[in-house]
Amino acid sequence: MTVDTSPQFKPATAAVEPIRLVDEGGTLLPGAEPALPMQKIFEGLRLMMFARAFDAKCFSLQRQGKLGTFAPMVGQEAASAGSALALDKALDWIVPQYRELPAQLHHGHPVELIARYRLGHPEGGSLPANVRVLQYQISLAAQLPHAVGLAWGMKLKGEPGVSIAYLGDGASSEGDFHESCNLAGVVKAPVIFFIQNNQWAISTPREMQSRVCDLAARAAGYGFCGVSVDGNDLLAVHKVTEQARARGLAGEGPTLIEAHTYRMWAHTTADDPGRYVDEAVTARWAKRDPILRVQRYLAGLNAWSDEQAQAWQQDIAAEIETIFERAMSESSGAPEDVFEHIFAQRTASQERQRRFDLGSEG
Amino acid sequence: MAELTMIEAIRDALALELARDERVLVMGEDVGHLGGVFRATDGLRQRFSARRVIDTPLAESVIVGSAYGLALTGFVPVVEIQFAGFTQNAFHQICQQVARSRFRTRGAHPVQMTIRTPFGGNVRTPEFHSDSMEAVFAQSTGLKIVMPSTAYDAKGLLLEAIRDPDPVMFFEPLRGYRSTRDEVPLGDYTVPFGQLRVVREGTDVTLVTWSASVPVAAAAAAQLADEGISVQVVDLRTLVPLDEAGLVAAVERTGRCVVLHEGPAAAGFGAEVIALLQGQAFYSLEAPLLRVTAPDVPYPMPGVEHHYIPDADKVVRAVRSVLVD
Repeated sequence: MTVDTSPQFKPATAAVEPIRLVDEGGTLLPGAEPALPMQKIFEGLRLMMFARAFDAKCFSLQRQGKLGTFAPMVGQEAASAGSALALDKALDWIVPQYRELPAQLHHGHPVELIARYRLGHPEGGSLPANVRVLQYQISLAAQLPHAVGLAWGMKLKGEPGVSIAYLGDGASSEGDFHESCNLAGVVKAPVIFFIQNNQWAISTPREMQSRVCDLAARAAGYGFCGVSVDGNDLLAVHKVTEQARARGLAGEGPTLIEAHTYRMWAHTTADDPGRYVDEAVTARWAKRDPILRVQRYLAGLNAWSDEQAQAWQQDIAAEIETIFERAMSESSGAPEDVFEHIFAQRTASQERQRRFDLGSEG
Repeated sequence: MAELTMIEAIRDALALELARDERVLVMGEDVGHLGGVFRATDGLRQRFSARRVIDTPLAESVIVGSAYGLALTGFVPVVEIQFAGFTQNAFHQICQQVARSRFRTRGAHPVQMTIRTPFGGNVRTPEFHSDSMEAVFAQSTGLKIVMPSTAYDAKGLLLEAIRDPDPVMFFEPLRGYRSTRDEVPLGDYTVPFGQLRVVREGTDVTLVTWSASVPVAAAAAAQLADEGISVQVVDLRTLVPLDEAGLVAAVERTGRCVVLHEGPAAAGFGAEVIALLQGQAFYSLEAPLLRVTAPDVPYPMPGVEHHYIPDADKVVRAVRSVLVD
């Protein structure tokens, strides 16, 4: 008899098939149950269309020099809309990165504040007291420990809620991803780590981030479940998030969801994807457009028409115009704003510097 | 009153606050079952449960980052980072996320959290443990920086820190944990932030310092007293907020000042103290303002660390030099 000393744990050699309920033509797959009521599907579609139009408006303002650099989420609308539809805004926390506009809006982050944030107004950073959304995260993966703490806190207090933390495939390479998954597994925090795998971290492709075939497969290494889902399928994303939430509430701890999607636009308004993106790949993903897929699904049920799409678009465009007209008519901030909200009370040096900066002291 | 070591005073403060406020959690590496590698949390898990005195995985970033999330759900975390050198593994969580939360959310998400960590050398720890990090954190606006030198102050300042509505970096002088022993009230009291303490009255020179360097300054002052030089020793207690008025008044009394700290000179907090005095006490000054600090070199191996850390002899030399007319 010989002792087997070969490694017991071997990497997978192929990716799994992502979970999908509706195909690219909008047809419900055989055996798939549409878990979302029609009213919720319309709600999701509206969020997706609104978010895309909002990004388009911001892009235009940025090109006119009226708005700073921002990260659009065009192409990824179903991933954040579908997951947010599975949450309860009175109980659950949303911890965004920066490509989750539909989720933020659905969870109650006021659109007026998001407009002001993008315009660079200091007060755009504020959040209403009763809204369970954290502020945008710009330092990648730094939001993940926060989501673990929120979920852990709710668990310690016996409150029935989960937190969902969004990140990209790039951020999954950060140390905070590992530390957060590890701690969440240990304390069984009801947290959902939601990777929007949009295939790019600026110019670095997904293959350069990790050797594993599926980012979701990493969950097993932390002792909890991982899910690979078609991120452009609103119904599938909703379904797997709903199940992850139920596991969290049942005391089964975290879930790692990898939603496969695609960044259709640039990383930010400062990026030039023409230097690294293959146009043929983008064209292929355009056929999988998440908004068109929902519209086709609804059209197949005789619940959607081109006229309706046009009417919604006009309605949304008018709404967004009003939001930005108002936001741009407001002050972009005053010098004294930078001395507010640092500590509960300003220090002596801050008082001195404030007086000097505001010109009341030589 | 009882005579306590600094570590006993810290433990006393933690126990008192765990008992007083249900929201308080103590968390960190080895703080539960073991009671902390320096026993700062000894017996607390048994008394207050593993739910409130939490052993975490070995991961400083998520310890601080998850404490931030816990704070947002209404808990008041008291985090222990085992050695100050390891705060660098949580640097972005402390300086970017925790420190700026109130500011970037315009007051929506303030963070009531205390991060305790022992700092300083001359205890023969391995590499990367012993750095004095206060100046690094002082650059990160949004953190209060507390540096006690006595058992009395350690307890009173820690209670103040835990109750403070803003995040606090609480640096504990490692080599003073057991060697520092003084009278500490048994009950509840706080020491307010931003109020320096005059350790020793004197009329010739003001020696400004904090935390682990206070005993060094006191020894130098005692030695100089034998030579007939009267040194006033001032303990800043908190660097942020800084007792600017108290500092300026102390130096104006003597017209001479030496600043002593254990961290390196370049961009150290001593430079901040001197810049303030230069601006606000200039017309009272009789001599150049001097610093006695560690040299601008990396923290060295234990065999030579006692040469790196400023000792009383170096302080005595500096004080004599500002007294030369």
